[in-house]
Amino acid sequence: MTKRLLSGNEAIALGAWEAGVRYASAYPGTPSTEILEALARYPGVRAEWASNEKVALDAVAGAAFGGARALAAMKHVGVNVAADSLMSLPYTGIRGGLVLVSADDPGAFSSQNEQDNRHYARLGKFPCLEPSDSEEARQFTRLAFDLSEQFETPVMLRSTTRLSHSKSAVEINASVEGRSLEPLPPFERRPDRYVIIPAIARRRHPVVEQRLRDIAAWGDHSLVNRIEWGNRAIGVITHGITYQYVREVFAGYSILKIGMTHPIPAQMIRDFAAEVERLVIVEELDPIIEEQVRAMGIPIAAGKEFFPLCGELTLGRVREGARAAGLPVEEVSGSGLKPETILVPPRPPALCPGCPHRAFFYDLRRWRKTAVFPGDIGCYSMGFLAPFDAMDTIISMGASIGMAHGLKRAGAQEKVIATIGDSTFFHAGLSPLASAVYNRGNIVVAVLDNRITAMTGGQHHPGTGVTLQGEEGRRIEIAPVARALGVEHVWEVDAWDVAGINEALKAAMAVEEGPAVIVVKGACVFIPEYQRRPPLRVDAESCTACGTCFRVGCPAILKSAETHPRTHKPKAQIDSLLCTGCTVCMQVCPVQAIQEAG
Amino acid sequence: MNQINLLFVGVGGQGVLTASDIAAQVGLDLGLDAKKSEVHGFSQRGGVVESHVRWAPQVGSPTAEQGTVDVLVAFELLEAARWLDWLRPGGDVVVNTQQIVPMSVSVGDAVYPPAEEILAALRARARRVVIVDGLGLAEQAGEVRAVNSVILGALSALLDTPAQAWEEAVVRRVPARYAEVNRAAFRLGRTAARSPATV
Repeated sequence: MTKRLLSGNEAIALGAWEAGVRYASAYPGTPSTEILEALARYPGVRAEWASNEKVALDAVAGAAFGGARALAAMKHVGVNVAADSLMSLPYTGIRGGLVLVSADDPGAFSSQNEQDNRHYARLGKFPCLEPSDSEEARQFTRLAFDLSEQFETPVMLRSTTRLSHSKSAVEINASVEGRSLEPLPPFERRPDRYVIIPAIARRRHPVVEQRLRDIAAWGDHSLVNRIEWGNRAIGVITHGITYQYVREVFAGYSILKIGMTHPIPAQMIRDFAAEVERLVIVEELDPIIEEQVRAMGIPIAAGKEFFPLCGELTLGRVREGARAAGLPVEEVSGSGLKPETILVPPRPPALCPGCPHRAFFYDLRRWRKTAVFPGDIGCYSMGFLAPFDAMDTIISMGASIGMAHGLKRAGAQEKVIATIGDSTFFHAGLSPLASAVYNRGNIVVAVLDNRITAMTGGQHHPGTGVTLQGEEGRRIEIAPVARALGVEHVWEVDAWDVAGINEALKAAMAVEEGPAVIVVKGACVFIPEYQRRPPLRVDAESCTACGTCFRVGCPAILKSAETHPRTHKPKAQIDSLLCTGCTVCMQVCPVQAIQEAG
Repeated sequence: MNQINLLFVGVGGQGVLTASDIAAQVGLDLGLDAKKSEVHGFSQRGGVVESHVRWAPQVGSPTAEQGTVDVLVAFELLEAARWLDWLRPGGDVVVNTQQIVPMSVSVGDAVYPPAEEILAALRARARRVVIVDGLGLAEQAGEVRAVNSVILGALSALLDTPAQAWEEAVVRRVPARYAEVNRAAFRLGRTAARSPATV
């Protein structure tokens, strides 16, 4: 037995592998992505990227109906996509263990909202486990599979960014190496369960309710929930990563750590509350435990009124809440002290030097007066930032196309140009495009095809033709797909060809009936297909300090100390370490001051 | 030493997360409990990267509290200023002299404060400020990408821990063909931090 530092995500993968998982599927999304990446490296596991989260969960459900242990992983908002199937799986029940990992994002570090997915466990009436560190992530994942098979239900393992992306020590048990699994048993036909028509749904609903009561009773006596007795003047109920803050801030006091937050261990809570003088509930995001404890008629000394509803909890915020509630917690010297102020400029993320999205947004910006730009989710979401200001909406994966269509159909006077990435197009862009074609919507859809799922760190998808485990897949090209869906006006254009993009946009805007699609093709700078070229340079003599190249928003283009003698505006210079020689700035320079080196 | 809070900060692509990984591993190698935490996602596109490392007999939270960081390890000068209020008054700072101009400055919306102003602010709060020319020393060691080994070398000089533990953890982490370059970079960083001129 050795100890290794693993992230929460790596530990979930290890636990799944130890539990005998055979099949896993996911769509990448921060903070969940590394779970499948880690699982893909274990022998004897089939791990895949699905085109979206619903596809992932359906595939995993298929495997579980077949008797295999299977895992789906996704970020919190990904569960929204998978929710249609998820809500009925507790009705059908499953045969092999089915674990859904929901990686939530309190603090919205890289998400569009802070939804608390424990609500899904309540809504769908299945159990939710919440580990507090990597070792527990491993153990709870194994437990989730056991629980799933014991009660024939999907089980949600809920992580958060802080758990998924923190590393802590995990015990690596050498003896589980080289696990051997029996061949999958023959498929067992269960039309009385798996064919969830209304008559069967009505019959299965009481089963779901009874099962939840059985699981709650199990939880009251399981080690998944535990009481750490200390000073009984204060008793704190907590969960997940928040437990780590509580054990530091409330050191020495009694703690009830709830590992299964749905269904809650009601009896254990009653027993705990009866033994402590003041009951405190510290919960991240929504007061899900708190509301249930209040409904049980148990008085609470401090809860959500002191520990914020919005944002990630931290040591500091828990300490502040405790202080505000008048609880006697230790003070930490130094915390809260502000040093003398120094004006620190913000460092917003930016499209990388050489990024294939740059020329497109540079041109799109020029249509601001005459067009509206519904946008989508990916690196190209940065098109909303200065200097482009070329994205007007971002809601959810694939939303750009449907929104564009609705806006136009409602009578928008402007042209409407939707922007969506390649991975997002396969995720949720196909159906709205089909719908726009069918309804004869007059919109322009620009698919920025950088041949990778870039924002999450470079994952493959149907448009790359390589699977998660590195085999050759079948690459699906976007332009033929658009044509096959009935789009009559389709252009493919090189991502670094400024004039070509301009022409394509002009032509697409002139289309007066039906949708037009422009596929902007160019590999992400982080993938091997990208062709890096020698850095460019600015000829200071010819530079007129007009500022045009600053508007391509490239981190490699800097303001020079040298100014134009008449306007006193700064000339441009290029950081040769950052420049990839993509030539977008060279193409826009009106006086050819930007040149290839040599 | 049996407990410490470290905060590694810098800009996406600088190797901040590798360095914090190594620092957490050293804590474990020294027989302590160790945790680290990092923020991913948008921050990797040239944005701010932060990573906490905590060692203790038993670590709870993977992140420290504002104002309780014992050593702030900044891979970039401006980032040292951004995260300064996380430092415990009287704590230590290791700061790389490299400056990476943020887009807000290059488009003219903001000004990069003068280095002397930043260093003065660091000195006003910290007990020791170790200034390291990470790029220069890495180049001297033979590999510009070994900046994080230089920084870890400098950090190791501030802590009451065996240098050997750090050096081994660095060498174990990098591909074998880069082992010696990184060992050299680590030693240059450690030596630089011990010379009075850098403090």
